[in-house]
Amino acid sequence: MPLDRPPTEPIELILPSISCGGCIAPIERRLTAIEGVRTARVNLSNKRVRIETLPGGPDADRLAATLAEIGHEARQLTAALPRSETRDAEGRDLVLRLGVAGFAAMNVMLLSISVWSGAEAATRDLLHWVSALIALPAMAYSGLPFYRSAGRALTGGRLNMDVPISLAILLSAVSSLIETSYGGQHAYFDAGIMLIFFLLIGRYLDHRTRAQAGSAAAELSQLAARMAVQIAADGTRQSIATADLRPGMRLTVAPGERIPADGVISLGQSDLDRALVTGESVPEPVSPGDTIHAGMLNLTGPLEMEVTATGDGTLLADIARMVEAAEQGRGRLDRLADQAARVYAPGVHLVALAAFVGWYWQSGDLLTALGIATAVLIITCPCALGLAVPTVHTVASSRLFRSGIFLKDGGELERLAQVDTVAFDKTGTLTDGASQIASAPTPDHPAWPVAAALAQASRHPLAIAIAAEAERVGVRPARISDLTEHPGQGVSGQIKGRELRLGRPDWVGHAPGGSDGVLVSLPDGGRASFTFSDTLRPDARETVAEVVALGLDPCLISGDAERPVARAADAAGIARWHARLHPGDKLDLLAEMQAEGRRVLMVGDGLNDGPALAAAHASISPAAAADVAKAAAGLVFTGQRLGHVSLALRVARAARRRTLECFAIAAVYNALAIPLALSGQVTPLIAAAAMSGSSIVVVLNALRVRNVT
Amino acid sequence: MTVIGYLIPVSLFLGGLGLAAFIWSLRADQYTDLEGDQHRALFGEHDDRPSGE
Repeated sequence: MPLDRPPTEPIELILPSISCGGCIAPIERRLTAIEGVRTARVNLSNKRVRIETLPGGPDADRLAATLAEIGHEARQLTAALPRSETRDAEGRDLVLRLGVAGFAAMNVMLLSISVWSGAEAATRDLLHWVSALIALPAMAYSGLPFYRSAGRALTGGRLNMDVPISLAILLSAVSSLIETSYGGQHAYFDAGIMLIFFLLIGRYLDHRTRAQAGSAAAELSQLAARMAVQIAADGTRQSIATADLRPGMRLTVAPGERIPADGVISLGQSDLDRALVTGESVPEPVSPGDTIHAGMLNLTGPLEMEVTATGDGTLLADIARMVEAAEQGRGRLDRLADQAARVYAPGVHLVALAAFVGWYWQSGDLLTALGIATAVLIITCPCALGLAVPTVHTVASSRLFRSGIFLKDGGELERLAQVDTVAFDKTGTLTDGASQIASAPTPDHPAWPVAAALAQASRHPLAIAIAAEAERVGVRPARISDLTEHPGQGVSGQIKGRELRLGRPDWVGHAPGGSDGVLVSLPDGGRASFTFSDTLRPDARETVAEVVALGLDPCLISGDAERPVARAADAAGIARWHARLHPGDKLDLLAEMQAEGRRVLMVGDGLNDGPALAAAHASISPAAAADVAKAAAGLVFTGQRLGHVSLALRVARAARRRTLECFAIAAVYNALAIPLALSGQVTPLIAAAAMSGSSIVVVLNALRVRNVT
Repeated sequence: MTVIGYLIPVSLFLGGLGLAAFIWSLRADQYTDLEGDQHRALFGEHDDRPSGE
């Protein structure tokens, strides 16, 4: 279903399987050849293509289909996936400040080396003044993000990591200026600007791993039809906005449209996609008297219905509310970095204050006391912390991206490392999604040409599956006339005056074996059957084993009936399973598990997984999932392999280990450096060396996350 | 040693050129798709512009 989108806004598609530079030109050429496309630009670094269309031009689905023709998988970029980097004003702003800080830091360092090498008196003073000239404006400009953040924190009555940072920068500028005007020896201009440089790197990396806000609830609202067709008392049809619907009205819904409100069918037979409730895309036949819900897709036949609930009263609205509540109630993750900051910031301030007071009292010299306090602040400054965590997240994120997993936010990674239970959805997650042909006649059986011809006349997913399989094995459809679709039952046609049918077994006629699947009647009077199943992803069992090996507890929760769920659980090796769960039930189950103290990773793909995905501690969904699921999940993986789930878990755990190691390194470094600073031994040279040294070690350690397999 | 009085401004000026070049390349969107641009250099058809959004 194409999303409503004003046509001149650029469309972005992701190309998960693009790999080589040679693909760029064919893709761009093919897209620009379509009428109504103004430009198409591929971005190989983040595997996207950005297409600008003219009003009335093709929509995302048409563009994706065109790309599929030349062999490239393409999906629409919605709020569900990480934001496009081309319109990232804040990021560019950070890089600009980074550039200025880098330029200033390196120039000041040149001058400082001269000073450390033994410049004396007048030369030293000159070099210091020039350093001041370069460093001070740069510190004012590049340090702005820190000052702003510190200001916000202080006016809010709390401390964050940026307060000691801003203090250190400010103090180093002031004390160095005073020192220089007195002709003093130690000026910290270089340390101050270098501090800003390193921290801006960390900040930029952090910015890139933070998510764009996207709401799953908003995606759900896309499923609501905007217009409906009402049958007035005198039998005429008129268009009416769904907002104006009232219970008791009679509506008609054509095939291919979404049901506009909750209600009961009064006339007509059809097949419905009830994924909203059961998560199953296998269509269910419906007939008069059946209850249907807003948001469901009417597949094959026109229906007349009587409205029972509209707007906010529909099941769809219920689910949207559940998702929204889940998203808001999720609880802010207490990030490791924030936890560290809470202890760190006040600690650093106290130590610096103590140094200042102590030295002033001891020596009576304001300048010395100020200099030592500055040294303390600078040397304790969290270059390591400010750099470590963002670096780990960035490296982890790119490691995941290499394997086709999109991470929306660094915080999600931390949550993933904390989970102890994994809840899998069945259809589309553990399995490939329904409508895979499980058994069928051999390709040379006479049933195939007949079935292929009849199947082409229907939009029913099972018919589509048969037609696709027929084309794949190269069967030529027979010539059949009078093709008629009978919604809810099947397709009929005529060969040489004899009626043939493809459809439900009880409609086609007596079947050997059960009433599963689909039958086709043959010209010679016989029958052939096609059965469909929901096959497990090829590595499902293996993935579950890996999950168990990591110490996690798997379970299967599904909206489908008991038998298929039990079968799937058995095949995948999962001991606990729950069936027949509605979206609200999944949410309740999750709440129960969380009340037991468990932290749950939810893996799901359907509309009915939305609330659970939003409420779980961490969540993953496949790229082929409904937009709702992708928007609600914290990670999205492309491709067929379920193994991505266990890979994500391993990367998350490795990231957490590396982060804690970086904290440990920073702690050791501080334990050595603080006594040195307090005793007045730290000179600008030592401060610069210590800062660089600790930053490099910490970043190298963080890079180890790249090697997770 | 007074040559330092010339050298420092010269080095600052050259460094400043580098900074200006960096800022220009940033504004010209040259960093949005480093991998893709590697390959575009080898194309026959040239559009002479990065994405410029």
